[in-house]
Order: sequence, then C-alpha cells, then structure tokens
Amino acid sequence: MNVMAPFEGIGASVKRKEDLRFLSGRGQYTDDINRPGQLHAYILRSPHAHARITALDVAAAKAMPGVRAVYTSADMAAVGGIPCGWQIHNKDGTPMAEPKHPVLAEGKVRHVGDPVAVVVADTRPQARDAAEAIAVEYDVLPSATTMAHAQAPGAPAVHDDVPSNLCYDWHIGEKGAVDAAFAQATHRVVFETTNNRLVPNAMEPRAAIGDYDTTSGEHTLYTTSQNPHVIRLLMGAFVLNIPESRLRVVAPDVGGGFGSKIYHYAEEAIVTWAAHKLGRPVKWTADRTESFMSDAHGRDHVTRAELALDAEGTFLALRVHTQANMGAYLSTFAPCVPTYLYATLLAGVYKTPAIYAEVKAVFTNTVPVDAYRGAGRPEATYLLERLVDVAARQCGFDKLELRRRNFIATDAFPYQTPVALEYDSGDYFSTLSQALETADWHGFEARRAEAKARGRLRGIGISTYLEACGIAPSAVVGSLGARAGLYEVGTIRVHPTGSVTVLTGAHSHGQGHETTFAQLVSDKLGVPVNMVDIVHGDTAKVPFGMGTYGSRSLAVGGSAMDKAMDKIIAKGRRIAAHLMEASVEDIEFDRGTFRVAGTDKTKALAEISLAAYVPHNYPHDELEPGLEETAFYDPKNFTYPGGCHIAEVEIEPETGKVHMVNFTAVDDVGRVINPMIVEGQVQGGVAQGIGQALLEACVYDEGGQLLSASMMDYTMPRADDLAPVSVATHVTLCTHNPLGVKGCGEVGAIGSPPAVMNAVVDALRDFGVNHVEMPATPPKIWSIIHGKNGA
Amino acid sequence: MYDFAYHKPSSVADAVKLLAADPDAKAVSGGHTLIPALKHRLNKPTSLVDLSGIAEMKGIRREGNAIVIGALTKHEAVATSAEVKAAIPVLAFVAKHIGDTQVRNRGTLGGSVANNDPAADYPAAVLGLGATVHTSKRKVAADEFFLGMFTTALEADEILTAISFPIPEKAGYAKMRNPASRYVMAGAFVSKGPMGVRVAINGAGPCVFRQAAMEAALSANWSADAVAAIMQDADGLNSDIHGSAEYRAHLVTVMAKRAVLAAG
Repeated sequence: MNVMAPFEGIGASVKRKEDLRFLSGRGQYTDDINRPGQLHAYILRSPHAHARITALDVAAAKAMPGVRAVYTSADMAAVGGIPCGWQIHNKDGTPMAEPKHPVLAEGKVRHVGDPVAVVVADTRPQARDAAEAIAVEYDVLPSATTMAHAQAPGAPAVHDDVPSNLCYDWHIGEKGAVDAAFAQATHRVVFETTNNRLVPNAMEPRAAIGDYDTTSGEHTLYTTSQNPHVIRLLMGAFVLNIPESRLRVVAPDVGGGFGSKIYHYAEEAIVTWAAHKLGRPVKWTADRTESFMSDAHGRDHVTRAELALDAEGTFLALRVHTQANMGAYLSTFAPCVPTYLYATLLAGVYKTPAIYAEVKAVFTNTVPVDAYRGAGRPEATYLLERLVDVAARQCGFDKLELRRRNFIATDAFPYQTPVALEYDSGDYFSTLSQALETADWHGFEARRAEAKARGRLRGIGISTYLEACGIAPSAVVGSLGARAGLYEVGTIRVHPTGSVTVLTGAHSHGQGHETTFAQLVSDKLGVPVNMVDIVHGDTAKVPFGMGTYGSRSLAVGGSAMDKAMDKIIAKGRRIAAHLMEASVEDIEFDRGTFRVAGTDKTKALAEISLAAYVPHNYPHDELEPGLEETAFYDPKNFTYPGGCHIAEVEIEPETGKVHMVNFTAVDDVGRVINPMIVEGQVQGGVAQGIGQALLEACVYDEGGQLLSASMMDYTMPRADDLAPVSVATHVTLCTHNPLGVKGCGEVGAIGSPPAVMNAVVDALRDFGVNHVEMPATPPKIWSIIHGKNGA
Repeated sequence: MYDFAYHKPSSVADAVKLLAADPDAKAVSGGHTLIPALKHRLNKPTSLVDLSGIAEMKGIRREGNAIVIGALTKHEAVATSAEVKAAIPVLAFVAKHIGDTQVRNRGTLGGSVANNDPAADYPAAVLGLGATVHTSKRKVAADEFFLGMFTTALEADEILTAISFPIPEKAGYAKMRNPASRYVMAGAFVSKGPMGVRVAINGAGPCVFRQAAMEAALSANWSADAVAAIMQDADGLNSDIHGSAEYRAHLVTVMAKRAVLAAG
C-alpha cells in the first residue's frame, strides 16, 4: 500500500478527469461523429406563428442536386406523435388536454420554427438549397403568443380541439384552511409578478444521427441527450415502434443541457426514421438560430400571490394563482414543471401552515416550454423570496427577522409541509448566519454611503431558499402522473486485475461525473481514481437509466453505485473467507483490503477479483465466478438542498445599468464529494440566475415572431456581467440515501434570482419602488428612476 | 452560404475593374459583417472581391497634421499603434473597444466605415474628427460620406482606400453597449481642433450624425456641464427590444458628457 498516495475519496477536490479531453479539443460530440455513407438532413421550419398549410409542393426540391429524399407528414403517416411523459389532472379529476404533437406539421403550424418538411441530401448545403425550393402556401391565422391573449374571449385556438387553449386547471392544498386564515390575518400582502421566459442556450447545439444496420436490423441514434434510455423508450415505443432490443441510443460527449436536452425532439425521430427508409446514416445539426426556435424554452409564469400574516409577522397562509405557458405543444415533462416541481415548493423554508395554489397551463403559439435548470423551483423561490421582502417592507418588519421568525426549526425535521413534501433535514438558521457574515451584511450601509458618494445606488438582497431534487421516488411520481419511474441504475465491474468500470444511467454533460463517481468508488473500494472508468450515455453498454436532470445524478445514480458496491463487497467477503479459510462473518473490508478480523491476514481487492475471474481456488458450490454487480436504486424521498444567497449590486443612475458587485452563496447540498466541482456547479448556476435577473429575455412580438432569436438580441451573461461569487457549504446530511448527499446542480440558479432582484429593489429604496420585473435591464431601471426624478 | 466566385486582386485598380464588371459583386476585407450575412443566406453576391491582398491599402502613417490609416488596417493594429496613440489617443481607444479580441484581429477600418452600421464605432470617430475618406476615385469629407443606414457616398465600383484623420487638440469617446450584441446603443465622439468643435452621435439613430446644439454649446464652453442640459430629440432615433428612442435620446446626453470628460 502506498501511504503517500493523495487522498482521492469523498471530500477531495480531485481535478476533473474529463477536462484534458475537453480542453484539448478531443471531446467526441455528436456532430464530431460521421458514419460511412452519411447523408445530411435540413429541416424546413415555419416562418409563421400560426397558419394552415394550404399547399406543400416538394417536387422541385426533390429534383435538386444531391437530394435523396424530401419528406412531409404525408410520408410519415405511420409515425406516432411525440409523447408527453407526465399527465396532470384537472381540479375536477379529468385529465389534461394532450393534443397531438406531430413530428412534422400536419396541415397546420403552431409556432415559428415548427418543422414542416425535411430534406435529405448528400451535403448539408444541398439539403438547405433544396429546402428553399419547397413551395409552401400558408393561410396565416391570428396567433396568440401571450397567455393573456390566449385566454381572452375569442382568442385564436392553438389546437382546434382544445377549448380556451387550456391544457389544465390544477390545484393543490387546502383552500378552506387558507381562506379561514386570511379572514383572521392582521396583514395581507399581495404580490404580482412575471417569471421571464428564457432560452437555455447550451453551448453545443442539438444534433442527431440516425443509423440503420440493414444486416442486423438494428437502429442506432446518436443524439445530444441527457437521458439516452428515456429517448429509446419514448421514441421506440411511442413514435417509431422499434423494440428496445433493436434500438441503440448513444449520447456521447454533450456540451451542456440545462434541461433542454432531456426531451425527445422531432429531429431524433426524423433522422432515425429516414436512415431506415434510405438505408444510409442521416445527420442533422442545429445552427444557433434553429436552437433558439426549436429547443424547449424555460420559465414563463404569470403569478398573483397573497400572504397572510399575524401582527407579529408569523405567516398564516399563502394563496397563489399561476398561469404557466406550455408553448404550442407539450414537451416531454412540461406539465409537471409548474405543478409538482413548483407548487409543492411554495412552503420554501417557512412553516406556513396553510397553502393553496391553483395553476392554469396555457397553450400559445410559441416554442414549447419545459424544465430549465431548476425547473419550477426557481419560479417558486423567486415568488416566495420576493414576496417575503415585499411583506417585510409593507408591514414594517425587518427582512431578516421576518425570515427567522418563520423558518422551520432545525429540530423540526422530518417536516411535513402543507403541499405534499416531507423535508428530511436542513438548518436554515446556520446557512443564513454564515452568509450574513461572509457577505458582511451589517457593514452594508457604509458601503452604500460610499457608493452614493461616487454617484452609484448600492443595494443588498437576500434569498433563503430550499429546493426539492434528487428526483424521485417512482411510486410517488407515478401517483402524481409521471409515466416513468425515476430510479437509477449502476453497475460496478471489477476487472480481473482490480481496475473498475462503472456503468451508470446518469449522463454527464458538464457535471464532472467521470471524476465525482470515480471518487465514490475510490473512497469505498480503495481503487485509485485513475483506475476507475465511468461509462455512460450508451444504451448498448449501460443496463438502464433515467438520466441526468433535477440534480439527481449523485443522490440517485451515486446511491445506485453505492448499493452495487455493497454487493461487490459482500461477494468479495465470501471469496476472501474462502481464500483465507475464515468464516464470512469474520471478514472485514476497508478501502480495498479484506482482513480476517483481529489478524494480519489480508487480501487486496485485486487478489479477490483475480480469484473471481481465474477461479482455480474458488467456492464454486456457493458462488458464481466474476465480480460484477448491478443495482437499481429507487429513492425514498426527494432531497432538499437549501441555503442562503446574498447579492450586492450598484446601479448607475444615469444609464440604469445594474452592476453586480458581490455574490455570496452558502448552500447545504448534503455531503460534498468534490468541493471544487460543487463550487463550479454553484458558480455556473448563479451565473444563469444573474442572467435571468438582469439580462435574459425571450421576446415574441404580437405576430408571434421571435425577436430574440440570436445572440445579437438575447443577452447571455458574460464574464463582465458577473461578480465574484463566494461559494461555501454548510452541510446537513440527507437522511434517506446512503451517501447523505442532496445535489448541487440547480441550487445556484434557484437561489440567486430573488437575491439579485431584492438587491435591485433595495438599491432603489429612495425611489419608492416596490418591485422590478426581471430582467432588470438598463432602460427599465432608467424609467423607474426617471419617473421618480421627473427629469 | 450560396456559391459565389472569389477574386483576390493585388491592386486597387484591379479590384475596381472586378467590381465594375459585376454589379452583384461584393468587396470584402475582414468579412466580419459580410461572412455572417452570407452564412445566414441574407446576401447572395455573384462574386467576392477580397481586398486583403492589396498592399497599397495597408499601413498607418503621419502626414503633416493628420494620421492616415489604410483601409485594410485591422482594429487591433490601430489600437496598438504608437503613432496613433501619440497623435490621437482616442482613436486607439475607439479601436480597442470594438467587439472582442477576435473581431479586432479580423475586422478592418475600411470595412467598418464602408459598411456604415449605425451601431458601429468607427463612423463616430470619422465624423467626430472631421476625417477625409480616400477612395479609388476621390476624397470625400466625412460630412458628405455617411448618407443613411448602411449607406455611404461610395459608388458600386468605388473602394475606400484610406482615411485621413486630422489631429485634434482634444477628443473623447463614450458609448453604452447593447447588452446582447455589444454593439453601440448610443455613443458620442467629441473633438476640438482644426475641424472645429464636433460632436458625432452613433448607435442612437439610423446613421451616425452630428449634434449641432452640443457643438454650439461646447464651442462656447468646453465642459461636460455645457452639454448636460441639452436633450437629444428622440424623434427618428432607433427603438427596439433593448431600448426605446426616448432612452437612447437620454443616453446621447449622458455619453456626450462622458466623452467630454474623457477628452479633458
């Protein structure tokens, strides 16, 4: 044993194994893959928000150079619609409206970017040239891009069979209890807000390659996906009718997803289907503009909330009415985002005894909306944390004291909320006090005065938040309408000489799984990190998996690996007992070494694995050879990370520009495996949160054209838009998974937007401002200051 | 992009001939505007005349009381030129703050000025210094050069070859960037020198323009206070999802003040 080897287990900031590949340009992304004989697809998309297709003539396109095929929905009659993975029920118990989502438009287009036809040609430019030769006649219809318009009397029907464009009208909580509490409240605070629509903008645009083996009859889809097994299930079973045994889905290196690559998209089905038809591989890669108008968007809520408080500031009840934009079609998990990932979070970190929320989901002539980093939880957190600040101001309470007064006590866990969730652990007082100290909250007024002397308006804002992730117990989500289980799968393959391959159903697209997961193995089995390889993203290699989203990879996928390692150790103990002629009960295992208790007799893991694969001296009567174990782990509960974010901003009054000057995050993400990776995850999430708060707005005009359809008009955060982000953790362990982990992927994007906006409102405190809608752009801030100045 | 013929002449005369022979030809130097437009299929020239091989259009030199910069000079070269920094430091400042490193090492002075994007930086410097535009045919005063959005006095077969910038006593530039594109939302270039007192406004309107009221005020009293109370008329200014015409009008005053402060 080399005692000088650096510790690489749980808690070590091991450098990311995958980074050499990525930073030296050797990543293998979908678009890097080229199959022999590959053709290229170009998708003709609707230029209109809403129109009937009155004529569609592809004859000229088919005659263009290099063109192998042109397909429209008429060619794909046997292909199913794109399925939705979650069914919500209305208040009256009836199921939500679930209009067909065709792969290619069937007689009608419903948003700018809706696929109309596909050209397959020898080269991509040829395909694009031919697409321009497709003659489409549109009868342009009135469109509805805002929810207000879509719900107005006489509004255009996005789907002819969906009255009032209403997908569902859902509720949760006890309305009667809430009404009663409001009746006796001292204070009633009303807050109305819009959660701005966002475009995820992963660095790598979506891409897909369909391949068909005419000998074996096997289909392969290479795709930019966060969950290849889910795509195989959805596309194979519902769209193309291909059995899993003949459909392989590979999600190789993927350059960011943030939710937008969870869903099954039309292009995946198109290339898989076309490859079969043509007997040639077919590749499609989105350009950036195509991404803007075809990747699922995020957020887009309009909400009215009311908070009831007693004279001392104790929260008595919360009433919320939210409208959520679904876009033109239901994306894979869209219906659950504004319901079970949003309304169930409305207790936040507070012991509000009665909560009632109604959510209406609305179809509009816009790109479908689905989960985007945080998914529902940022919307709930933003609402609550702005509402608490508004309440403090309106009722004259200190914003910190109001929070502390209503925090769930540290000794009150497990804590059952009035909106279905049972929190297992947390310590909101500690994350708050640690963040206040780190951010020097109490020194703020001096900094504000100093800024004022420089002509700047300085503000500070806080958010004390909680989220539910590590999704999710299959039985629970099944009862709530999920059409899938949400367990995870891990296989530990100990090779004969002791190196380890891990097969995981989680998928890494920036998270650093190849390092974090290797650390789990290193910590438990004592194998060096560089001897542990993580395999993910290929349905032909990994037994099964539900993929990566909802900060679930470590809490669920890591727990599956842990369980599989327990099986490895149990089998190893039996082999060791045989080899060392001891009883199994007397074999101890600690980080790679099996020992007969109380003796110096040991066997290293590599000796055990060698015996397992070269079983000359082996307990054949009771054990099979080999050392490979698989575990399916179904979580017992969600996990509940939480914490405190504090933002400090300065506003230039002359231009209205908001400068981030400081950001502090103290998060409880449960046990930390790799602190450096956690810090990176939190910083990335905070960057996206600052983007939502100050910069990003997906804007449609009244005619349904997407005005922010490129980086020229959609403001992604850049380095100089951000502030130094101080990241710290304060750990309480998850009580129900074996690792004690909670998840860190989304906390940054969930906790930060209200902290930033509370800081913006605080900076404007002298102007009588109660609220500023996101994003707080320079002209918006300027208008506020300008109006008050009368300048 | 669509197919096109490609020519790379080595003299201005040859380039002019190629442009004259083909009304649908386009001249290209750094290509930072044209190539993205071609990639988006927003433009369909029959041929591209690549000017980058024309030696006589390159270089920075001092000629009397002016700095003459060849049209093919890249932004980074202007930003780091000792000659420019010594004579007209604000010109180096303007170049240093165009786009990003990649843009500055590819984009050229002539390309930017000939394109006359309302949100570009250089047109403000050209108009704000009262520069002279040298072409393959003639010399054009800045005041006669910028005609409207993406429109200049250049004729189809005329090539911008160099720009002569008179050395001012003092000059300053300030801009507010569009948060998404980082082009100019509103900018002001002010100068005092042989061409008088000049205030050129870019970004705010459809074309760079001179702000007469501010010029008069600064002529009487060169100070930030002199322009602080002068409001730009919002009528005719640009309005989009990033800011209304009213907001841009307000920014004109703010940027003019800052430009005067920067000029000293």
